[in-house]
Formats: sequence, structure tokens, C-alpha cells
Amino acid sequence: MLELAADQGVSIPEDSLDDSPLAIRGLTVSYGQKPAVFSVDMTVQPGAMTAIIGPNGAGKSTLLKAALGIVSPLSGQVTVFGKPLDKQRERIAYVPQRASVDWDFPARVIDVVLMGLSGQLGLLGRVRFRHISRAMDCLHRVGMRDFADRQIGQLSGGQQQRVFLARALAQDAELYLLDEPFAGVDAATEKAIIAVLKDLKTAGKTVVAVHHDLATITDYFDHVFLINTRKVAEGPVAEAFTAETLQSAYGGRLATAQIDQISRALG
Amino acid sequence: MSGEEFVPLSLTPLLIGTFAAIACALPGNFLVLRKQALIGDAISHVVLPGIVVAFLLTGAISTWPMMLGAAGAAVVAVIMIEAIRRLGQIESGAAMGVVFTTMFAAGVLLLEQTDTSTVHLDVEHALYGNLESLIWLDAVGWASVWDIQALAGLPPELPRIALTLAGVCLFTWLFWRPLKISTFDEGFARTIGIRTGALGMALVIVAAIAAVAAFDAVGSIIVIAMFICPPAAARMMTNRLETQIAWSIVFAVISAVAGYVLAGYGPLWLGAVDAVSAAGMIATVSGLILACTAIWGPCRTRTGAPGST
Amino acid sequence: MLWDALTLQLGYNATLVAIGATLLGISAGVTGTFLFLRKRALVSDAISHATLPGVCLAFMVLVALGGDGRNLIGLLVGSALSAWVGLLCMNWLTRHTRLAEDAAIGAVLSVFFGFGIVLLTVIQTMGVGRQAGLEGFLLGSTAGMLWADAMIIAIGGAATLALVMIIRRPMTLVAFDAEYAAARGHVVHRIDLAMMGLVMAVTVVGLKIVGLILIVALLIIPPVAARFWTERSERVVLLAGLVGGLSGYLGAALSASTPNLPTGPIIVLVSFALFAISLLLAPVRGVLAAVLRHLSFQRRVHIRQGLLALAQGQNIYEPLTLRLLRSAGLVRADGVATEAGRARAAKALRDEKRWEIVRADQAHEATAALYDGLRDIETVLTRDQITEIDRQIGDPRGVTP
Repeated sequence: MLELAADQGVSIPEDSLDDSPLAIRGLTVSYGQKPAVFSVDMTVQPGAMTAIIGPNGAGKSTLLKAALGIVSPLSGQVTVFGKPLDKQRERIAYVPQRASVDWDFPARVIDVVLMGLSGQLGLLGRVRFRHISRAMDCLHRVGMRDFADRQIGQLSGGQQQRVFLARALAQDAELYLLDEPFAGVDAATEKAIIAVLKDLKTAGKTVVAVHHDLATITDYFDHVFLINTRKVAEGPVAEAFTAETLQSAYGGRLATAQIDQISRALG
Repeated sequence: MSGEEFVPLSLTPLLIGTFAAIACALPGNFLVLRKQALIGDAISHVVLPGIVVAFLLTGAISTWPMMLGAAGAAVVAVIMIEAIRRLGQIESGAAMGVVFTTMFAAGVLLLEQTDTSTVHLDVEHALYGNLESLIWLDAVGWASVWDIQALAGLPPELPRIALTLAGVCLFTWLFWRPLKISTFDEGFARTIGIRTGALGMALVIVAAIAAVAAFDAVGSIIVIAMFICPPAAARMMTNRLETQIAWSIVFAVISAVAGYVLAGYGPLWLGAVDAVSAAGMIATVSGLILACTAIWGPCRTRTGAPGST
Repeated sequence: MLWDALTLQLGYNATLVAIGATLLGISAGVTGTFLFLRKRALVSDAISHATLPGVCLAFMVLVALGGDGRNLIGLLVGSALSAWVGLLCMNWLTRHTRLAEDAAIGAVLSVFFGFGIVLLTVIQTMGVGRQAGLEGFLLGSTAGMLWADAMIIAIGGAATLALVMIIRRPMTLVAFDAEYAAARGHVVHRIDLAMMGLVMAVTVVGLKIVGLILIVALLIIPPVAARFWTERSERVVLLAGLVGGLSGYLGAALSASTPNLPTGPIIVLVSFALFAISLLLAPVRGVLAAVLRHLSFQRRVHIRQGLLALAQGQNIYEPLTLRLLRSAGLVRADGVATEAGRARAAKALRDEKRWEIVRADQAHEATAALYDGLRDIETVLTRDQITEIDRQIGDPRGVTP
């Protein structure tokens, strides 16, 4: 790694980046004077389920938000299916972490899901029966069909999370980005969400999720991206999710016993 | 009351008051939901320096330059608030307070420095307008509504506020979906490509235009009341945005009509001889409506513990 | 003329006004600070507008009792009562309905003010000429200020200040962390009400000099200006008092020195000038300092990233990175690293590797938390520690081109 290969031009072939659903190059994002993400490269494999993992404050959510253009980076480029983000909006869907919305907002569950269809509806398109039935279908997939008429604030945290997933489903995107979809949700919700995500993968979609539960990585995901301000490792779970990479991402913060447990689980 | 009396004396002030109330209440719904209700307050304060500067530049009391001046002042104020908020990392309420009080003070100072005593331009007028004076002298009865000649004598405030209302409605209709989405979830709005910054600014400018047009007719106090009270009262009635907008319009109309009638005839019923300020009464009625909905409204309390799991 | 005014030699009335305005500025600045720290600055707007119906009702009562209605104490008591009612309405709306605080503030201020205007028009019809002076409460009027008025302002201001000093600790605690304050046994709701009560007192006292619309400025601007200069709340309080007092004093002097300069607006504009200076020039939080800091930070990020890219033989695409590297003499015009660039790049990569070791090692946990991609490792570790780490990495291999 220390070999200085400056003039040899050992760069990754450009084509492989361009096809990627999400390619990030040299991304640095800082809040104030401290970079949250420093000089990170990421190439998401099409059709894979990738988990972004790392310790608290490692820049996981920031990476996702910068990829979506929600926070503006200090440097770096993001391409989505080989093109700049702005031209590819309709190919991405995003599920925020415990969305920071006004839960008291006058909107029903079905209204929230219909927001996911706004790309198809355009500015003035009328909401027709097929839109409603599509929204209901998305609610059905997350097991929330019976709640369509409730005001959004009347749901539990896990149910709200499922509604936001339904909104993303309604967008019918090719790349799904989720920020801690399983954080603080009940077991039923976690099961419902992972089933939906696996369905998406079967349908050939790409899923990227910030995740913090190391114990479920091998069950849920096939690729991992380890980050701790800088990129630590990237690749298929079998290769990149090892005791060594975890040690280097989490450092002293991950108890040795935990790492042993995980490496045992990995075999 | 017969048409002969009603049409020339009361029809136009009623219409102007109602249109102004609706034009402010529509954008007010979004401002209240975005927790920017006080932008309306700030705008209505900075209208004064705007019209004074316009007066100093043109040397005459003419409507369009003054409306331009007021709208310009509103935009300057919003930009300054945003700049102070971001550059100084100051909470938006305080940034607003700094800007609108300063601009208002500058307006008062300019007003005192220039000799405007010959023309009708003073702080009191700016605050509570003169709705009662906007009468239609050329009208003789309901028939005048179809009379081109009489229509030409309509107070110019009426077509102006009607036009503004049409513009506000058009904006709301055209940008309904992006407005709703970005008000509810700004992060999501950005991921689907809505330019939330520009949309937010457009909303404030529309509010400013409504404020200026309403201010021209009825003074700034109605403007603040109509931006906030009808939408706030409508919040207590429903959990659907579409229904909320409808309620806010209903409340705005009731406030305008009842306020005008109470101001004009209320004192007479009580045995007094003179009417009281219609603008003030409209604001008062809207406050009473808000009080009623806050006590009895079906959706007056917050829904559940926000975001708790 | 201005000098005379500043040294209080412009006669009795001007001196009274200057002293009154200074006292008012100090107490408004100090009181407003707690409101600002609690992030409720605009509550003052609701309070001040809500005084109007009280002033009018008090006037009507005074007239009904056979006076001429201009008794300042009577009017101030009336204004205080209606401001208090407004405050309670606002509190009730935010606590018991779904309305957010901004909507509650706006509703109270517009409705109370509108009702006040209704009453004003009633007064205008009550008896000709009697209402003279009530409009003065909108914008303040210092022209006919009497010794008794000045005394009321001085005593009111001093009393408010004393009360603020007594309850400043719980107010600071609540402003900083309301939940913690509640856990410590403070009744947050009551402390908030006490704070608002003090704001109301300042507002009422200030009605005569700056009027109900502009008193808001004296409550908000000095604390905001003071906040730029310090991170400690007690110093913000002191500085806000200083800014407020200075604004009051300078403003009153300026307005006395020239005809046609109304006192209230001038005081507000002076305080805004002090705010603008603070915003731009304050050493840490000021805009100028922040811009300079950001530029140098951006430069460090780009150069560091560029060096790492050079060291790993990756292409640099960002034009800004290239430009910065070039102007630092680290790469040639054609994008190839210079001698110095290569050395720095190798050092950067080596440091990165060293950090990697540090961050993976539990023993260095505290140090590892300092990692931000930019910090030189020499600033956090001793020579010996670095040597030890280098031993783990192995021989330096990459420095030779």
C-alpha cells in the first residue's frame, strides 16, 4: 500500500465506475471544521444489497446524504448510473432515518405514499384511481394497508418507518438508499422491511442501507462498505466483513468479545 | 339594507376585505406549517420603509411605485434574515427581530425626516389602513354592477386586490404538490429534485405580494392576523391539508365580513354614533374564531407523542 | 452640538431622556438576553403588541373616573395587565393546542393589536382632543418627558434589573437545558413565566421612550450582538447590557443634537450599527473570521486529498485541488508531482497509515477520536510513539520515487 505509484497511472478503469448505480469519488463533507467524511471513494455493485457500517459518528448517514445531494460536499463527485445526480433523480428512492418531519402535519398515510408518485404525476396531474391503487399496493407490501386513512402522527415509530418505505416503493426506483431502516423499530417492522428489501433485490434493484447491527449483516446483506471518516473496506461480505476490517473501522470501540463472536459466525 | 345604500357604501370594502383576507390566508397555511408564521409579521413591518423609500424616489403618492417599493423591502428583509441566520448562526426568530425592527425604525426615521405632512402618508395609516373609505360613489344600486360607466369609478384597490388574489390562487394551484411535499419533508423533496430553496423563496415573495396589496387597502395589522389566525384555526379542524385550506378560507371570509359589519354597525347597536376601525375588528374577529377552535376544535391537540416509538 | 449632547449639556429634557434611554437600554439588553438564549426572542414582539388594548382601556377607565387620562402610571399598569393576558393566551395556545410557538406569537400579537386599534378608534370618538399622546405609545415620544416620567423609567428599569440578577441562575439553566433544570427541581414553566414577566416589565417601562413596536428591537438586538463576542452566558448578559445602554445613550444624544431625529428609531439604528459591527468583525463568530477560516480549511482539505491521490497514483480531477497543489509548488503545470510534492505525498500517505494503526489500537482510543483526515500525527503523538508505530508498519519503502 505504501508503494508510490504516482507516475505509473494505476487507476481503476473508468468504464466499471460508470455503470455503477452509485459511484462516489474523493468525497469530503465537513460540518464546521471537522470532516465527517474524508476523501471517500465508493462503487456500489448493481443488484446487490450493500450495508454501510461503521462506528457512531463515522459519517455513514453523511455519506448517504451527500450522495443524494442533501448536504453539499467540500469536494468530490457523485454519479448515479454513470450520470450526474440531477439527471437521475427518478431512478433513486431514499428512506430517511426516523424522518425529521412534523408528525403533526395534516397528512394521512395514503397522502404520504402518494408523495412518492409525484414524479409521475408532475405538477398538475390529477391523482386517479390507478395512483391510489398503486399507493395502496405499496402499503400492502409493507403491511400497512389498513392504516391508509390514519393521520401520520397517530402511528408508532415502526409503522411510520414502514410508511416511508412504502413511499420509496411508490417511486419505483432502481436504486434504494435507506438510512438506518432498522433503528428503533419493533421486531415485526424489522421483518417486514427486510422482506421488502429482499424482494427488491430479487427484482433486480440495488439497495444500499446504513446499518448498525453487526450481528445481522451476514443474514441481510451481500456487500458491505466499512467507513470511519475514511473508507476502511468495501466488497462482498465474505471478503470485506472480517475481524481485521472491523477492528480497523471500530478500533477500540468494538469489544474484542464482539469481534470474536462475529468472526466465529463468519466461520 | 337596500342595494342603494349597500352597493356604494359597503360592497366594495367588504369585497376588498374578503379578498385581502383570502389572499393572505392561502400562503399563510404553508407559512404556519413551516413554522415561518412570523415571516408575515416581519413582512408587514418592513412594508413601511419600502413605501417611504418609493415615495422619496418618485416624490409622489402613486400606487405602483409604492407597491414595488414595499415588495422590494420585503425581499430585502427576507434576504437579510436568511443572511444573518446563516452567517451569524443566529436562530431565525432573533434574526427576524433584528431585521424587521431595524427596517421599521429606518422607515419611521425617513418618514419624520421628509415632509410628508402634505400627503396622506403616516404610520397610523400604514398600520391600520382605511378600509371604510374605499367606497364606490358611482354606484346607485345592484344595477351598477353591470354598468360599465359606474364600474370605472370602482376604487382602484378592488381590481388590484382581486388580481393579487388570482395570482396567489394560481401560484397555490400550480405548485400545490411541490409546496405540500417540501413543507412536509424537505429532505425528501430535495431527493426527488424539488428546488426547495427557490420554492421557499417564491412562497415568501408571494406572501409579500399578498401582504403589500392587502396593506395598500387595509393596513398591515390585518395582514398579520390573516396570515396566521385563519390557518391556525383551520389546523384545529382537520388532519388533511386540502380540508385545512378550505377551512382557512372559510374563516378568512367570516372574519372579513363579520369584522366589517361589527365595526360599522356594532357601535350603532350599542347606542354609539361612530364606527370603529374595521381592520382592527377583522383582526379581533379572527382571534375570536381562533379562540373558539382552540377550545372546541376536533383536532386541536397534537397527535400522539411526536415520533415516539 | 453632538458633543454637548454626549456630555449631557443640552438642557434638562435632553438630559432626562438620555439618562432614561441609557437605563432602559441596559435593562432591555440584560433581560432580552435570557429570552434570546431560550430561543424565544420574538415572544417580546407579542408582549409589546399586546400592551395596546391595556393602554386604551386604562385611558378609558381614567377618563371615566374623571381624570384626563394621561396618568403615566395608570396607563402603564393597564398595559402591563393586557400584556400579561396576552402572555397567558400565548402560553395556553402552545401548551394545550397543536400550534407551534411562532403561530401563537403571531396570533396573539395581531389580535391584541387589532383589538387595541378598535379601542383607539373608540377613544377618538369619545371626546375631541382628549386622546392626545396615546399614539405616542406606538412609536414613543420623548418630547414632553417629565421628571416624574423619567423617575418611573429609572425606578422600573432598576427594579427589573435587580430582579433579573436575582433569578439569573435558574433562567440561564432553563435556557441551556430545560429538561435538566426540571430534573433539578426547577419548575420550568414558572421560570419561563417569570422571564416573560420581566420582559413585559421592560416593555411597559420602555413604551414611553421608544414605543411598543421598537422596544422589541432593544430586547433582541443587543443580546444578538453580544453573542458574537463571547461563548459564556454571563458575559453575554453583561455585554448585552453594555450594547443596550450604549445604544440608548448614543441614540438619545444623537436625536437631541439634531432636530427632526425621533429618539426611538435612532436608538434602534444605533443598536443595529453595533450589531452589524459585531456580525462582521467579532473575532471567532464574526463573518470575516469565519470566511477566512473556511477558506484555509478548504485549502487544507484539497491539498491533503490531492497529496493522497498523488501518493496512490490516482488521477486528480478536481480543478480546485490541482490549482491549489500547483500554487503550492507541489505539482507541475502538467499535473505531475514535483520533488517536494512527491515527498509531501509520501509523508501524507505514511501519516495515513500511522493513523490507521492508531485507530485500530484500543490503547490509543482517546487519540483516535481526534482523527479528522487533516490533523498532523506529530501534534497528537510523541516522537517515541510514532517510532513505535513505524516499527509496526515496517521499513519505509515508499519515499523513493
